[in-house]
Amino acid sequence: MSDTATVAAYATRLGDNALILGQRMIERVAGGPELEEELANANFALDYIGQARMLYTYAGELEGRGRGEDDFAFRRAEHEYRSLLLVEQPNGHFGDAVMRQFLFEAFYVHLLDALTRCADEGLSTIAARAVKEIRYHLRHCSQWVVRLGDGTQESHDRVQGSLDRLWRYTGEMFSADELDDDIRAACNGPHLEIIEAEWRKEVTRILDHATLELPAEQWMASGGKEGRHTEHFGYLLAEMQSLQRTYPGASW
Amino acid sequence: MSKDTWPLYEVFIRSKSGLSHRHAGSVHAADDEMALNNARDTYTRRNEGVSIWVVRSDRIIASDPAETAAFFEPARDKVYRHPTFYEIPDEVENL
Repeated sequence: MSDTATVAAYATRLGDNALILGQRMIERVAGGPELEEELANANFALDYIGQARMLYTYAGELEGRGRGEDDFAFRRAEHEYRSLLLVEQPNGHFGDAVMRQFLFEAFYVHLLDALTRCADEGLSTIAARAVKEIRYHLRHCSQWVVRLGDGTQESHDRVQGSLDRLWRYTGEMFSADELDDDIRAACNGPHLEIIEAEWRKEVTRILDHATLELPAEQWMASGGKEGRHTEHFGYLLAEMQSLQRTYPGASW
Repeated sequence: MSKDTWPLYEVFIRSKSGLSHRHAGSVHAADDEMALNNARDTYTRRNEGVSIWVVRSDRIIASDPAETAAFFEPARDKVYRHPTFYEIPDEVENL
């Protein structure tokens, strides 16, 4: 793969994570526990959609085949999305959604931070903008993890359950595949082993604070990065794409 | 999670450096950190601020509307307290 093609593929994959998590958060709109939390969730979801738009647009430009953001978001098949299994997991209850966001963002914030220093100007510019958004998201959801974990017995038990269920999807974030290696070679991209160490430190710190127990070493699910998704993905995609599938090329 | 268990906080926003914080509104929150987050998400979405203060509404000591006359009316006819005899240079902003 040429360096340009590598950056395009990498930008697309970053865009996929942002789009799919953004879509999951949008599903929760109008279901917030409080008006203020509702606004925060909708803001965060739109931050993600904004990031996906920038990344897809950039990928389309690099690719040079005339594909725009909508082509990436709405006109691809399931196996073409290379997002992590973690971000497609269903919203579940409030603690599930908070924990999913926390586990992902504690990784994503370091990934973006590393990308701000990469040699590709397009990627580093997008990352510089996105990392500020995600730092705030992470602050917000970390506080919720502590509040729920160190809250009542019921909130503790339920969010511990969320952590235990989602843990198996965290390994995939750090298992480097060919594209991860290529982006490092092409433009001094992120080192996943360094990010994993930072992630583990941060996650351990917050979970300790939240009186939650770090799950034991276990089998880790993977496949999202190669386009093999869990059974939830098809439903998400069907809803997200229904308008473009019904009215191809529709625009505002 | 019942609404009356989440206290009300008053939100003050400073729109730019050099200006003072102004009351923007209020938010519900379970604790101080959440109040700050909620204030940020509710009142600074359109780039309104550079600094936020939140304070629990029940911690604010307010004047009693019944005492308005005693509190404020004596100041009404004392024009000599207004510094209206100075010229303010055009360059001075936000005064």
